Amino acid sequence: MLVNRIIQVAFLGLIAAAWYWATDIRGVPRLLLPPMESVGASFGRLIESGAFWSALQVTLSTVAQAYLIAVLSGLLAGYLVSRSTFSVDVLEPVISGIFAIPLILFFPIFVLFLGIGVSSKIAFAAVYAFFPICLNTIAGLSQVDERYLRAARSMGASPFETFRHIQFPAARPVLVNGLRVSFLICFAAVLGGETLMSMDGLGRNIAQSAEAMAPANMYAWIIFVILTAFVLNMVVTFIEERTKEH
Amino acid sequence: MVSVSHSAGASARGSAGLFSTRGARIKGIRLLVILGFVLFWEFAGRVLVDPAFLAPPTAVIQSLFGRIFADPAIVRAIWMTIIEVTIAYALAVIFGIAIGMLVGMTERGRKAFFPIIVMIWVIPNVTLLPLFMVVFGFGPVGKILYAFSGGIFPIMVNVIAGMRNVNQLYLRGATSMGASRMEVMRHVVFPNMVPSVFTGLRLGMIVTMLGVIASELFVSANGIGRYTRAFSEVYDPAPLFALIMTLAAISITLNEIVRTAERRFTRWKR
Repeated sequence: MLVNRIIQVAFLGLIAAAWYWATDIRGVPRLLLPPMESVGASFGRLIESGAFWSALQVTLSTVAQAYLIAVLSGLLAGYLVSRSTFSVDVLEPVISGIFAIPLILFFPIFVLFLGIGVSSKIAFAAVYAFFPICLNTIAGLSQVDERYLRAARSMGASPFETFRHIQFPAARPVLVNGLRVSFLICFAAVLGGETLMSMDGLGRNIAQSAEAMAPANMYAWIIFVILTAFVLNMVVTFIEERTKEH
Repeated sequence: MVSVSHSAGASARGSAGLFSTRGARIKGIRLLVILGFVLFWEFAGRVLVDPAFLAPPTAVIQSLFGRIFADPAIVRAIWMTIIEVTIAYALAVIFGIAIGMLVGMTERGRKAFFPIIVMIWVIPNVTLLPLFMVVFGFGPVGKILYAFSGGIFPIMVNVIAGMRNVNQLYLRGATSMGASRMEVMRHVVFPNMVPSVFTGLRLGMIVTMLGVIASELFVSANGIGRYTRAFSEVYDPAPLFALIMTLAAISITLNEIVRTAERRFTRWKR
């Protein structure tokens, strides 16, 4: 793991060196790639002005609301579908088929319905993140050994007890994986929606600085979003590791 | 990602048989579910929802032929999208397999480069969309390169994973029986990679399409994005839905082509 970190840091160093070479020595147009100092200055200014934090707040609260909706509806739908193998066979290919369409296609419809504000982003990201949770819930719950379920029922377990003590523990690794994947999809969907059409948030700021031809700002925003993505990914991985220990 | 793609439906599709009563019943009820959804949509579009927001399927089909296919500029934009997906996907396949094999061939290559690939993969691709548009222009080149930059990753990662997961016993067996490096590649490593590579090709297609569609929607001066924006701004949902449904149908077709190839080339594995 330490070796991996060293390699990754060395790679970042290489990128910085290439950046320095392209701007300060080769003289690439500033509009395409501004020198590191000016991006650094923009970065500092955006931190001081609090622009980063207010945009981050908007994006994260959008992600949180969308994710909550996706988790609740995905688990419920997945549970309902997985209750009979017949409904799994009927519906699972439909659900996974829809998920294979680039759903961002439907984003203009969300904007048409809900407007340019936060709610279209919440709905869009919730729909996108619904699918991996629902599909993994179906996959996890329908692979539970039928004999365990029969044994539990014959010993008088209620449906809730069966779920609590047999289905849920058996499906947990797949469920956790679905929850992780869908969180990352939820974050990417919110960013995507903000980039395409919105009034606020991280994605909006990247797009806006691109439209305004302010490359130093654009690179500063991109670097900030990438850092955010790394941190979120680390948090998610950490939580996933913790749930495995039990 | 893997558990998402290999889900429960696959087992039922395999040996149940096309004409057994159960298989036919499943297909029939699935069709009814979809039909029910379309009927509900028709009802909602006519009665429940303001016609400025939702068009019923009949109106959508009408404007599909009357507005979308009748306008050569829109048809050209749709063709352009298909061409962009094709070129971006071809690039992603060629470079994804080539780079994946170069990196995955040796233990050292995997150790040195895989952490970098994983690190880049964590970044949500859409973060870089405005950057690609600024650097490569708001035309097809920028859109193709942006889609390529996303689509290459699942292919690369799955090629590397396929090369890594070769059973060590087979490798040792082949070399101890005097197989050369090339022969080991040809007879042991390549056949073992096939399922994983096709998983990568299938995911790569989805991500490539996502990239093309996202950049098409991002750019409002030309292509699909110009029309989706124009239709939404005047609250004209019928052609908007028709255009989106056309692109969804194209996505499903392209997905099916890749999945048919996958099924055909991995049949021996089951």
